Parts: sequence; structure tokens; C-alpha cells
Amino acid sequence: MLDVVQQYWPYLLFGSYPNGPLGGFTMTLVIAIVSLVLTFPSAVLVALARTSEVRVLEHAAFLFVTIVRGIPLLMLIFWVYFFLPVALGTPISPFWSLILAIVVFQTAYLSEVLRAAIEALPKGQTEAALSLGLSYFPRIWKVTLPQALYNSIPGILNQFTSMIKETSLGYVLAVEELTYAANKVNNFILVKPFSVFALLALTYFAVCFTLTQLVRLLEARIENRFTRVAAA
Amino acid sequence: MNVALDFTAILNDQYLHYFLTGIQNTIALFVLTWLVAFPLAVLLTVIRSSGIRPLSWLIALYVEYHRNVPLLVQLLFWYFGISSLFPDGLNDFINQHNTEFIFALLALVLYTAAYMSEDMRSGLRAISKTQFEAARAIGFGFVQTMTYAILPQVWRLSLPPLVNQTLILFKGTSLAASIGVAELTFQARQIESITFRVFESFFVVSLLYLAGSLTLMFAGSWLAQRYKLRTR
Repeated sequence: MLDVVQQYWPYLLFGSYPNGPLGGFTMTLVIAIVSLVLTFPSAVLVALARTSEVRVLEHAAFLFVTIVRGIPLLMLIFWVYFFLPVALGTPISPFWSLILAIVVFQTAYLSEVLRAAIEALPKGQTEAALSLGLSYFPRIWKVTLPQALYNSIPGILNQFTSMIKETSLGYVLAVEELTYAANKVNNFILVKPFSVFALLALTYFAVCFTLTQLVRLLEARIENRFTRVAAA
Repeated sequence: MNVALDFTAILNDQYLHYFLTGIQNTIALFVLTWLVAFPLAVLLTVIRSSGIRPLSWLIALYVEYHRNVPLLVQLLFWYFGISSLFPDGLNDFINQHNTEFIFALLALVLYTAAYMSEDMRSGLRAISKTQFEAARAIGFGFVQTMTYAILPQVWRLSLPPLVNQTLILFKGTSLAASIGVAELTFQARQIESITFRVFESFFVVSLLYLAGSLTLMFAGSWLAQRYKLRTR
């Protein structure tokens, strides 16, 4: 395995960059981060729609979440990659297809995380805001969201870990991310499939495990803050 | 869109058997995985809580590996990597019996068992110590304590996450398409690439997935309602 690391590690980390397109693990991170940045605002909107008093919005958001939760991500990727270009009349690159599919998929899941955080806030917060005479938007913006979002930091990071794992599906569309790079390396060496795929699994493990441990720490911290506040 | 929709183009005698094989393979993969993974998860949970240190560490490692590496990478690792270390006799045997299906089953079973055992472990931790003590007090050994007193409560407590995991497994079977198992997602691509009926083919398959997922969701919430743990 060490010789595979020695020879192909730069390719697995950066792709052919700087002599060619960026790829490998860096690409995995780029896709995951871009996806998170795009998912976050849409998930907030869907979560607000689901917790709003407006029936139509509530039902629409519920329908969206249910449908997305009922379909495999791979199927969603196929819709975006094969069907959207037909419908729009313009080709979409595999890179953006993957990101778009992950964004739609994760919007459903992240919005559920945020909804849970919004609903977990004590009722008194909303009542206090109402009695101060705040209307809907100032109330959401100044009272609900700052607290709900802070409490859901671990949940958001959890979804980010999921996104990193989901970027591996880029392999199916030949997006130059880590899994695709490893597969290329494997096809090139041919005789060491075990080492290559073990290295691939280890890389994902190192990153995702670090993140999940971080989430655990944050969870404890955020919980502590609350018990302190409650005790005071 | 410039093409008229025509579902009869894919839902005729020529292509119907593609869908039927797909449904059959998806259901077979899903049901078989569940039937093996669930008992395995129970076993892992029990061993992990037995207090035998090296064993619980091993299981913790097993669970963390499967939680922090993408399912697709696990599939590829089994199919391309680990299989290369198998003795020839075993590989010959597997090659004669639907290779892709066996490896997909293997990867899905280990993946699902890891998640389910984690779900049950948090259920187990929620059970009060006095339950163990009471079972010990009336003379139960470890195995009896588990089977008669603890596990019946654990599975009720962890029913909602287990149902969720079952849903994830159902959608996860779609990833088997990437190593060539002719399940639903694979067949959707097949039909789409033969007939160029992108929308129709994906639409039918997505509906099938949605039907399966919704059935699982409803069955899950019914079960959760029916077997809710009613304690003070």
C-alpha cells in the first residue's frame, strides 16, 4: 500500500493539478463545500415554510421533503444529468449536475434538522417576541433563527459529513473526485486493487471520522451551555 | 420539452420485463439484506454491551468504519478490492453464483448492521439500570437478562431509527447498480439508453421507489404507534 501512496498520493489529493484539471480529494471537498453553501439557504427557507402558519407553504414543503426522502440520491443524479439538459435544452456539466442533485437531496434532509431545532425552541421565545410587537420577519430573523441555527450546528456538520460521503457518487458521472481518481489509479496499476481501495476507504474514514468526533465535542458544548443557562 | 410523452413506448411487452427484473432484484436485495443485517445488529449490540473490552473495541471500530466511509466506496472495495484477496476456490464459487449480487448483499448487510447496532445501542443506553438489576435479582444470567428483559424494550425504543435505517437501506440498494446488479436504477438507465425515453423511464422507476418508500414510512409510523413503550 505504501508504494501506491508514494506514487499516486498527489494525484489522489489534487488530480492532475497544476498541469491539468483539479481533481481527487480537493475536488471532493470543493463539491461538498459548494453543495453545503447552496443547500443552507434553501434548507432554511424550506424549514421556515414547514413551520409557518401558511397552509399552502407548509403542505408544499412537506410534499417536497417526502418525495425527495423517498427517492435514492442516485436516481436524483440521473434526473439532473440525463433529463434536465433535455428539458432545458442546454447541457449541464457532470460537476454541476452532481452538485445540483446533492443540493436538492440535502435541502430536504437539512430542512428537517433545522425544523427540529426551530420546533425545539421554548414557546416563550416566540411569545416574548410577539408581546414585544415584532412582526413575522423580525421575529424569525432576530429571535428564532439565531437560536435555532446555533443549536443545529452539530446537525449541520453531520449533514456536511453526509455530503462528503455523497460526493463519491460523482464516480457514476465521471466527475473527477476522489472515488473516480482512485478508480482511475486502480485501472492504471491493475494488480493492486486491494491497496488502492483500502487507501480510498481510509482517506474518507480519516476525514469523516474527524468531523464526527468534532460534532460530538460541539454537541456536548452546546448542551452544556443550555444546562448552564437553565441553572442560572 | 420537444418530445411528446409516450409511456406505451416503454411499458410494452418488450421492456416490461426490464422493470419486472429490476423490481425483483431490488426487493430481493432489500429483503435479504434486512433479514441478515437485523439479527447481526442485535448480536453486535449484545456483544458490545457485554463488557468484554477487546470485543467491544473491535465492534466500535467496525461500526465507525461503516459509518464514516461512503456506501459506494464500501461496495467498490468489496467488489474490486477485498475480492482480490479471496482464495481462488471462493472466488470461483462466487463467480458461478451471480457475483455482483453477492458482493452488493455483503456490503449492504455489513453497512446496515453497523448503523442498526448503533441505533439499538442508543436504545439500550436509554434503559434504566434498575431493569438490569431487577433481572439479575430474579436470577437471570446475562443472556436471559438480554432476551427476556432488555431486548424487548430496546427494539421498541429504537423502532423509529430502525425504520429510518430500513428506508435508507431500501434507497441504498440503488447503489448496487454501480457494480452492475440489474436492480431498478440499473434498469432505468438500460431502458433510457435503448429507447431514449429519459423522462418516461426515470418517471416510472422514481414512482416505484416512491411507492416503496411511502409504504415503509407508513408501516413504520404504524408500528411505532402500535409498539410505543408505555412507561412512566
